[in-house]
Amino acid sequence: MTPDLMSFDHPLTRLVVGLLCVFAFVGLNGLVLVWVERKVAGHVQLRPGPLHVGPYGLLQPIVDAVKLIGKQLAMPAGADKYLYWAAPLLAFAPVTVCFLPLPFDPALAPMRLNTGLVLILAFSGLGVLSLILAGWGSNNKWGLLGAARSVAQSVAYEVPLLLSVMAVALTAGSLDLYEITTQQGAWPWQWYGVKNPLAFFIFLVCAVAETNRAPFDLPEAESELTAGFHTEYSGMGFGLFFLAEYASMIVVSGVAAALFLGGWQGPFLPGILWFLVKVYAILLLMIWMRWTYPRVRFDQLLNLSWKWLTPLALIDLVLVVIVAGFGG
Amino acid sequence: MQAFDPKTLAQDPTSVRFEPGPTEDKLILSMGPQHPSTHGVLRILLELDGEYIVRAEPVLGYVHRMHEWMGQEKTYFQFMPNMGRVDYLHAMAWNWAYAGSVERLAGIEVPERAEYIRVAVTELNRISSHLLWWGAYLLDLGAFTPIMYAFDDREFLLDILQAVTGSRLTYSYFTFGGVYNDVPEDFPKRCLDFVKLLRSRLPMYRDLVTDNVILRGRCEGIGEMDVELARRYGATGPVLRGSGAAVDTRRAEPYSVYPRFDFPIPSYPQGDAMARYMVRMDELETSCSIIEQAVSTMPGGPIAAKAPKTLKPPKGEACYAVEGARGKILVHVRSDGGPKPYRVKLRAPGFSNLSVFAELARGTLLADAVSILGSLDLVIPEIDR
Repeated sequence: MTPDLMSFDHPLTRLVVGLLCVFAFVGLNGLVLVWVERKVAGHVQLRPGPLHVGPYGLLQPIVDAVKLIGKQLAMPAGADKYLYWAAPLLAFAPVTVCFLPLPFDPALAPMRLNTGLVLILAFSGLGVLSLILAGWGSNNKWGLLGAARSVAQSVAYEVPLLLSVMAVALTAGSLDLYEITTQQGAWPWQWYGVKNPLAFFIFLVCAVAETNRAPFDLPEAESELTAGFHTEYSGMGFGLFFLAEYASMIVVSGVAAALFLGGWQGPFLPGILWFLVKVYAILLLMIWMRWTYPRVRFDQLLNLSWKWLTPLALIDLVLVVIVAGFGG
Repeated sequence: MQAFDPKTLAQDPTSVRFEPGPTEDKLILSMGPQHPSTHGVLRILLELDGEYIVRAEPVLGYVHRMHEWMGQEKTYFQFMPNMGRVDYLHAMAWNWAYAGSVERLAGIEVPERAEYIRVAVTELNRISSHLLWWGAYLLDLGAFTPIMYAFDDREFLLDILQAVTGSRLTYSYFTFGGVYNDVPEDFPKRCLDFVKLLRSRLPMYRDLVTDNVILRGRCEGIGEMDVELARRYGATGPVLRGSGAAVDTRRAEPYSVYPRFDFPIPSYPQGDAMARYMVRMDELETSCSIIEQAVSTMPGGPIAAKAPKTLKPPKGEACYAVEGARGKILVHVRSDGGPKPYRVKLRAPGFSNLSVFAELARGTLLADAVSILGSLDLVIPEIDR
């Protein structure tokens, strides 16, 4: 039996139940993703990765989480108390909202909005606010540098991201992720990612940059800024940033799966499985990239966005408009 | 800066211009002594304008262990283990520099087999040092994986050196007049096997890492240093060779049996971080070739000359220079005829190489400074001594 969120009549009930499910989903997937990341990193680096806690080290993330929760909440002297503690919460909360419009399955769409895509983009844009607050509030120079970097980075990468998403929205004629998914078919040649590979590519690059993952992890560049904006955070403060990073990775992968890879649609298997398979395929790609490439420099990062991705995304958008105009 | 005067401002708003003074609008940042990319305990005092470095000042002395003073307090033999600890990554070269200078002082002849063994183990050690640098440098640039591959290769090397010397990092293998133990039977074979292994891995490193577009972007044109600048600061080793001067102590001031081997001196004229990178990658190959030649032509015979148990060199002084992984290592020993040296002076190549950093880093981005610092291949304990 597949769980059916649509059986709740009242939209508010659906929202509350959906939110609870999303929390559970984020927490669980965060743990799984931590394990996957460490295991993949291990195998990429000629070592076995976590091994001793549980079978194949599967319980390692739980032990890590317990350790993080058990730690004292420490704050540096001279830090702004409210901003300092608001930042990790602000990092985590908006990402959770982003899960709501994601269609996991025809029956599992917590909130069907005709502006779902806009909601996701708006709330993921909020994430940068938490980085600024964290960097500024922790009264640390490395944190400040990291915060400054994160602002410039997210401004630069939101533009091509929006443009590439817009190209798909224009083709589909909808901003509803559910609607966009249903317009694609079960087979790869029916996917927008295959019909419009340029937009898919731009979206992927921008998604990596938006989630501050290597090779675009400049706000937390370890070898330059020690840990960037979360230099001063320990315990669950750090844990929330960590979880938010993984949650936003899942969000962008989910959006990519829904927009470009046909979402839940696929032959034979149930929809939710297809969706998760596609999400994890993109996540694995991101993990693989992180453990392979060196980090780019800041001006190179901005150049890539303004000189390459933005013009390319614009050209792509124009092409889409022309094709849509002739086709329609 | 003009004094602020409300009256003039009211008459002509453009007359008063705000110009930041030397300390305004600048961020003073202390990079280190605990920082992931200062490789130990180097501290760099940075003056930043945004992310641009206005001034970079290395602050030394956090691992100053008084090696030179210990040289005066210990007998000649007792000071030998210190040498493995000065630069723990290329311990053999320091062993050699000290042993060489004392041998020169006391007039001890080194048997031929010992010289060949010395060459072989020093070159093996150079490879392990370069491999570690390679991994650590890429770590500085944000690539986490290459260091694991470097350590994987290095493991075989350390196994070979452990079989020879008994230790894996801080070797104290040389003795006055030769080496402590003879190499095991299978030493030449293991060396040749390792050379084969490394040669099979180097093309992969080149394709995966060296030719990576991001790495090239982070290294090319970064920290450009011309020969003049390198000479002015006394930079040696791969740092100097990366600036176009093919100067190598093994060729410029030949010592031991190096003149018998045929090997190129890699040098690149660009003078940037990439040139220094390429010099070291080429030197891996150079060292491989020297090892091959050394173990295949290694003669038999004694491994050490007879040296008195309590060494009392005659009054005088001597110095001996060898080419370390980081540059020219020179040990200067002065004797007053007693059982302890009157004075030991250690010339660490890293010290001179680091001195260039202040000039190279000026005007670059913070991320570039990390790249430059890594490309100099610094071992902080060696700099502080």
